[in-house]
Amino acid sequence: MTAASTTDTAPAAKMDTHKDRQARIYGVVLIALAVLVVLVFGYGTAGDASFGLSRPRDAWVLPNLVIPAGPFNYVAAAILAFLGARQFLRGGAKWSTVSIAIGLAITVAAFLVWATAGKSFSLVGMLQATMVRAVPIALGGLAGVLCERVAVVNIAIEGMLLAGAFTGALMGSLLGGWGGLAAAVVIGGLFGFILAALVVTYRMDQIIAGVVINLFVLGVTSYVSSQVFAEYRFLNNAPVFRSFKIPLLGDIPVIGPMLFNQNLFVYGALILVGVATYYLFYTRYGLRARSVGEHPRAADTLGINVYRTRYINVTLGGMVAGFGGAWFTLGTVGRFDENMTGGRGFIGLAAMIFGRWHPVGALSAALVFGFADSLQQKLALLRTPIPSEFLAMAPYIATIVVVAGFVGRSRPPAADGKPYVKE
Amino acid sequence: MSDTTNQQGLVQELLQRAAPGRAEFEDLVIVPIFAVVVALIVGALIMLATAIDLETIGRSYLALLQGSVGSLNAISETLTSAIPLVLAGLGLALGFRAGLFNIGAEGQIVVGGIAAVIVGFSFPNLPWIIHMPMALIAGAVAGGLYASIAGYLRAATGAHEVITTIMLNLSSYLLLTYMLGLDWMQRPGRSDPVSKSVLPSAQLPRLLTDIDPNLRLHAGIFVMIAAVILVHWLLFKTKTGFEFRASGENPDAARYAGMRASMIIVFAMGTAGALAGLAGANQVLGVLERATPGFSSGIGFNAISVALLGRSHPIGVLFAGLLFGALEAGGRQMQVDAGVSIDLISIIQALIIVFIAAPLLVRAIFPWGFQKPETGRKE
Repeated sequence: MTAASTTDTAPAAKMDTHKDRQARIYGVVLIALAVLVVLVFGYGTAGDASFGLSRPRDAWVLPNLVIPAGPFNYVAAAILAFLGARQFLRGGAKWSTVSIAIGLAITVAAFLVWATAGKSFSLVGMLQATMVRAVPIALGGLAGVLCERVAVVNIAIEGMLLAGAFTGALMGSLLGGWGGLAAAVVIGGLFGFILAALVVTYRMDQIIAGVVINLFVLGVTSYVSSQVFAEYRFLNNAPVFRSFKIPLLGDIPVIGPMLFNQNLFVYGALILVGVATYYLFYTRYGLRARSVGEHPRAADTLGINVYRTRYINVTLGGMVAGFGGAWFTLGTVGRFDENMTGGRGFIGLAAMIFGRWHPVGALSAALVFGFADSLQQKLALLRTPIPSEFLAMAPYIATIVVVAGFVGRSRPPAADGKPYVKE
Repeated sequence: MSDTTNQQGLVQELLQRAAPGRAEFEDLVIVPIFAVVVALIVGALIMLATAIDLETIGRSYLALLQGSVGSLNAISETLTSAIPLVLAGLGLALGFRAGLFNIGAEGQIVVGGIAAVIVGFSFPNLPWIIHMPMALIAGAVAGGLYASIAGYLRAATGAHEVITTIMLNLSSYLLLTYMLGLDWMQRPGRSDPVSKSVLPSAQLPRLLTDIDPNLRLHAGIFVMIAAVILVHWLLFKTKTGFEFRASGENPDAARYAGMRASMIIVFAMGTAGALAGLAGANQVLGVLERATPGFSSGIGFNAISVALLGRSHPIGVLFAGLLFGALEAGGRQMQVDAGVSIDLISIIQALIIVFIAAPLLVRAIFPWGFQKPETGRKE
């Protein structure tokens, strides 16, 4: 009640109760999932679910994975109920994240088995699609990581992806695929540079700057698309990078088609994630970049040029986003449509937060989103009674849950979003 | 030399004291005017770059002017386009004042519009004096609740409202598509996603049909004016408004002063969403008289620009909304007359915001238009 109650012990105690409460909430969520699995996915479900693990022309053909749907889902519900009860009674934050992750995975598996009961479903095809759909999200998230590590919030990823997609289509039509790809990267970098100029030099609010770049890119690309592309169709007809199989590795069952039989963009994304991780955490330049993001004044005092570091990293982030944007045109259909990125950049931003501002984390989160995305596509074929709109909503709702549930434990760079004024 | 600079400094200081509004005047009037001019010039350059000849460019800007203020019909169109922009912009401005960057006006408009249209077609035989306000309120409540989700998550878990509102936007489109396909929602005899029509008793009556039946200006303009006054009162004359502004300017100080940050966040988001929902209700009750896919048509995003351009001040938002409404009405005319795509308008709008939000940039482009920045005094 009095001022004395806000001493050092109070926050710690409060934090404990908060964790306890959270653990109990997780427990309730898990039990609710168990009930859901029993009532909806388990009860009255008959037949076997057959998952294809390889395709007919693969080097090694695995037999289909056949699961009896009803029993599987009852077992799944039992595991969920056990995890939930344990979580609820024992509390403790130690296992809660793991429990909820396992719980969600089991729920998704139960859902898949229920939807596939009596039918067959190509698991390997879906995993391959997951990887493909994760690419723009992962690259968007990676662009976000590069920017936010130097404390520049990049809402403009969406616009950069769109600019990359547009430029990829336009220049790809004129110069061929590689020319288009290079131009997309350059344009992405240009918008990164513009963002850096607006927020570093002109000290514009970072979120406003990002929103404005999004609006501007959407305006320009839609304008040119309806004003020019509609008339001169040859300008919007770029070649597509086909997928190619890496010898030997591509023949590994399940993983092969997912990782080693893809197009340039998938390989590029994987390599970039590795390079970015190395750059940020194992080179002196990465250390400098991170110090600018955590404590720019200290970095400045030590002789690091804060402004230049921000310019360089945000431009690099823009280039990554431009590359990711090219996926939309050069990696899929070779044609640009108005607003074709459809919010992927924002999901990339969420992937960055989910991935705790780490390139590998962003990639993992992007895979989760890609999984949800491809799941929704495939489920439309299975004719589940759930309306496809709600399935399409799942990634967005998942994002909200993730941002709400995990943001407390994942910490952004300390100076994130704050402009730095050199004294 | 030093003597003259000293004198200049003294004169400036005196001027400052005599006309304290000089700096604010520059910020509020000169920067926006320069911003609009530069944006139009850059727009012309973009048209040139896409192989449009000078004559067409001149014709399109003439059409832009005529289509926005050139006739009674043009003014009616400008006002009609401005109504939802101002309403949603007010909501966003309120959020900005409270330190919340609500990108979700679009989703709140969609949800508000859905609620308003449902009430609008569901209650036959109600007198309009009950039915129309009821539909408007339904829109406001739905929008407010939808925005409160983001507000609650921000207050309870710290989830950043930018991300959550964007996700709620994306979800709202899917919700709309789903609802428009429902049996009781879809217009009988139609296979495409169109809702039933709003009953006449719930429609916002058109005001100028006596002069010309094509004039679309509707009673939503009174809602808009009332909202401007109400938000002005709320922000500047009430304790709640003071709390909004205080926690927006300095959240820590507000918390130490005993203001309940969580309540303020939820309430500010809810009010903002209610205003955006009202904008959606205005669109379906006053303009479209039904809900269609994409009826929000980006109003929620343009409203962000309107709120920024209006400096998050209710009166500023009103004028900014009128300007953007004029650009939109003029843009349609431009598309018809000169064959220039209306997407050019969104480029111009984005450019205006760049120059507004980065006053340093405008000052760098037009060094002669402003007082010399007094080093050390400002910022």
